Amino acid sequence: MEDLIAAVVSLGTPLGLLLLGYYVGSTTEKKHIRSLEQREAQHARIIRSTLRRVPANWRVSQAALVNGQAVIASDYFKMFAAKLRNFFGGEVRSLETLMDRARREATLRMLDEAAAMGANAVWNVRYETSTVGRGMGGKGAAMAEVYAYGTALRVESNR
Amino acid sequence: MIVVNTETVPGLVIREVKGLVQGNTIRAKHVGKDIMAGFKNLVGGELQGYTELLTESRREAMSRMLAQAQQLGANGVVNVRFSTSSITQGAAELYVYGTAVVLAQPTA
Repeated sequence: MEDLIAAVVSLGTPLGLLLLGYYVGSTTEKKHIRSLEQREAQHARIIRSTLRRVPANWRVSQAALVNGQAVIASDYFKMFAAKLRNFFGGEVRSLETLMDRARREATLRMLDEAAAMGANAVWNVRYETSTVGRGMGGKGAAMAEVYAYGTALRVESNR
Repeated sequence: MIVVNTETVPGLVIREVKGLVQGNTIRAKHVGKDIMAGFKNLVGGELQGYTELLTESRREAMSRMLAQAQQLGANGVVNVRFSTSSITQGAAELYVYGTAVVLAQPTA
């Protein structure tokens, strides 16, 4: 009987975590993507560019550094899918969507700052990515930080 | 499609700035290549499996960026930047971003 309980516990725990990660992870992901799309639509009028130089015909009244960052962790299920993919090789879709979400979130936080000062363009945008580490003694979920920064511009006219 | 990592293209002018475009991909090699790379660590030298992995990934990320630029109606991407990060062991993320622009011949 005790053996049976031990077997259930040792097998059930990773399985439970996998199910938990899958259900909670995928619902939060869907919710996050919905909210990203909504907020991106709000900021659609702000034009972003990696260019350093502002077009010669633009009259800029204000410029300031704006930034945004987001740290995101994968769930247990995504890690499992990534490990499986690591065995066979190929594209790791589960982590791609994760990094995409982090990057969009960081961009939106940068745009929030830009919108607060009434900017309508962000120039010289740069992205930095760093791995923060892995939880649960190196066995847990991957965590990544995305940092976005640029110069917000208030363009009065572009004639 | 003209892709450069400079801000301007010699001989052409930027007619219109369409905005930021980007592409990313995360790829992994199968376990056999990982083991081979482990052996290679003993004697040193180029890890061909991983070189291949990064080349493929860079190409994939680039093509995703170009698809976005095409959708915006751009005919060039300027000021392109690459960034690489390792999210977990054995998998690399390639990220590429730039500014989609409309390039044209200068009018005299």
